[in-house]
Amino acid sequence: MSKAATETLGVIVEREISYPPEKIWRALTQPHLIEEWLMKNDFKPAVDHRFNFSADWGSVDCQVLAVEPNKTLSYTWGAYGLASVVTWTLTPTSTGTHLRMEQSGFGPDQQQAYHGAKAGWPRFFASLEALLARIE
Amino acid sequence: MTPDPQDILFKSLADPTRRAIFERLCREGEQTVGALTVQSGVSQPAVSKHLGVLKQAGLVRDRHEGRLTHYSAQLGALAPLIDWTGQMTGFWQNRFDDLEDLLKRMDQ
Repeated sequence: MSKAATETLGVIVEREISYPPEKIWRALTQPHLIEEWLMKNDFKPAVDHRFNFSADWGSVDCQVLAVEPNKTLSYTWGAYGLASVVTWTLTPTSTGTHLRMEQSGFGPDQQQAYHGAKAGWPRFFASLEALLARIE
Repeated sequence: MTPDPQDILFKSLADPTRRAIFERLCREGEQTVGALTVQSGVSQPAVSKHLGVLKQAGLVRDRHEGRLTHYSAQLGALAPLIDWTGQMTGFWQNRFDDLEDLLKRMDQ
């Protein structure tokens, strides 16, 4: 996938929050708290742990990639045959925390083998840009 | 999170054979089922079935000419996919709102 395509298809949401990182970390990592703002889940803050988010529209297959308490949390996010990575970054500020969520790298979902062709989605996204130029 | 049009679009394009057929129509323009079959590596009934799924998703249009059916790509149908990152951003912004609400309710 081209760099431009990656950037086009990445999602970043950032916010200044008036609570310390430790408190936000609890909300990001304790299943009963995660459920209150995101989705039902069987999350554990352990690298390699596989878990699901579930909602009435379906479920998201995830695996924990990185856990650095009160600082960074990263997990894969597989839905619709697309695997992306969600990374949370907590930075303490004088008034609380700068919370950043980045979802990126929409590659093929290895766990859903039936979707086939490993190179398929990235190649498609790369060519999508060319296609888009023709849509008006 | 994701409304139906995107769901249908993703499912339609999730199959690599189907995506290849769609890409070929985008690249080379209108084609008959026969012409598409020759290069697809699967049987004509399989190609027809894939085209049926693509048609249902609005990704291709068919045009009958005598006994032949010609298929063409409808690039406009990709619009929900283009909107997807925008909608994901909206999804996460709403989740941030809910997270902040939760933080207000939580014990220190």
